[in-house]
Amino acid sequence: MFPPFLAMHIPDGFLSIPVALVGWVLLTILIVLALRQTREQFKDRQIPLMGILAAFVFAAQMINFPVAGGTSGHLLGGALVAILLGPWAAVLVMTSVLGVQALLFQDGGLLAIGFNAFNMGVIAAFTGYAAYNLIRRLLGQGRGAQLAATALGAWLSVELAAIATALELALSNTSPLSVALPTMAGVHALIGIGEALITVAALAFIQQTRPDLIAGSVKTAARGSGWIAVGLLIALAVTFASPLADPNPDGLERVAEDHGFLSAAQEPPFNVLPDYTVPFIQDSAASTIVAGLIGTLVVAGVSYGVARLVEAPKADKSTSS
Amino acid sequence: MNPLSLKERFEGGQSLFHDLDPRIKVVMSLGLILGILLTPEGAFPAYPLIWAVLGSMAVVSRVGVWRLARLGGIALPFTLAALTLIFTTPGQPLLRLGGLVISDAGVVRFMGIALRSWLAAQAAILLSLTTPFTDLLWALRSLRLPSTLVMITAFMYRYLFTLGEEAERLIRARASRSASLPDQKGAGGSLWWRARVAGGMVGSLFLRSYERSERVYAAMLSRGFDGELRGYNPPPFQWRSVLVGAIPLLAVALIQIMAFLWFRGVR
Repeated sequence: MFPPFLAMHIPDGFLSIPVALVGWVLLTILIVLALRQTREQFKDRQIPLMGILAAFVFAAQMINFPVAGGTSGHLLGGALVAILLGPWAAVLVMTSVLGVQALLFQDGGLLAIGFNAFNMGVIAAFTGYAAYNLIRRLLGQGRGAQLAATALGAWLSVELAAIATALELALSNTSPLSVALPTMAGVHALIGIGEALITVAALAFIQQTRPDLIAGSVKTAARGSGWIAVGLLIALAVTFASPLADPNPDGLERVAEDHGFLSAAQEPPFNVLPDYTVPFIQDSAASTIVAGLIGTLVVAGVSYGVARLVEAPKADKSTSS
Repeated sequence: MNPLSLKERFEGGQSLFHDLDPRIKVVMSLGLILGILLTPEGAFPAYPLIWAVLGSMAVVSRVGVWRLARLGGIALPFTLAALTLIFTTPGQPLLRLGGLVISDAGVVRFMGIALRSWLAAQAAILLSLTTPFTDLLWALRSLRLPSTLVMITAFMYRYLFTLGEEAERLIRARASRSASLPDQKGAGGSLWWRARVAGGMVGSLFLRSYERSERVYAAMLSRGFDGELRGYNPPPFQWRSVLVGAIPLLAVALIQIMAFLWFRGVR
């Protein structure tokens, strides 16, 4: 097992109370949405299916795979469930898993559960799902494309959940961003590789034995585009949090300033949002937020446009809905 | 050595605490954790007092003060995440280690985080030691958590041990086919091979779980399931249990009021 401090289950005491409450509010909204969406998707199969799959994720986390030198990795599962059954199902499943881990085994705190479930449930599910679908739209429906999409989705789900954890710790002033962010992102870049390998292998196995399950997941994916909105919301939330997290410049810039070579860095010939600030807004935090917002919207718009372009040739959309 | 054994914390017993209404126990535990987290920075006399409150609860529920204290250490490895605060918090320098300076404010902040997390973990552990999980779920449901979410979690709990044992069987099967000689080098194949085996097991477990959910759903339909689950009648609400549950909360509130009064000037 990985040492517990590298895991993402935040115990109580590490999130400040305002941050923990924000987590609760975000999670509550998303749970209500997820309950409605999965109800539509699965009808009254919803309760047994979600419940048993939550137990599955819990049990699957017991299956270890030896990495090297006595350490071993295991699946986290958010991306796998999101790819197989859709992101809303994954949100519910992962929230149940984390709730039981907190209530039954004290894996993660009770007040911290809002953000714990948000990181490993919501963020992991939506980023994993969004990356998987985007890659499949870009690369097509081949087997290689599917496995590449799965790998990227699984890796991103772990990495972004870890980055979100680091941001929350920094916002709570429990761990300086300049330490927490590179540590969490670095370690989970490796853990994410394990997640990607296991998820790819699991999906390949399911594709061989029950291809109908995966075909079903593609159909449900085409139906709902609400996940785009939610993915956007998550990105925006992280954007809002980032400038408030740490008044100090980020790690690289800090090193650069300390060594006095920041001035030597060349400015690019053109500059739309210089240094991520909007020129006519004076307050630096607000300006950074606005700049991040514009950037996020532009990136989201471009991705959406690309996805639409790739999707356009399919004419059977009107018949399916 | 067996990492697989899935064991609940709950221990049956007879005590004032075991018999307390689960709704009140949940509210009380969340209130206690909130109260513990509100301890002002540097208010060190407050920590032993709060521990005394938790300790007396441990005595009343026959868990044992030291045992609860030891179990509360579960979150301590995570404090490493906060350890760098002792270097980065501005304050009076206490000690220099090469280029790093340990500040007094940093040590105070780190100690506070570690102690608060240790005490909060004890409050949470006491709840799960004395309350069966089904009672907890019922309490959460009557405290207005979305009932579908609670039912999903109830289902999860119902199949947790079944699927846990399914996973154990898979792991046992892998172990029995993975024998290697003690001096054999490179046994077990490449990293990708090992990951593929684990992934195949996860996929296989998924299919078994998915198919089980289909069987369970069919069985539920055969018994007239219409989308609603029905539970047992709730125990009557008693004001006496509210009083019992309020005692530790009042004690912690009192400690915190004193701490705020004393340490307002210090900060």
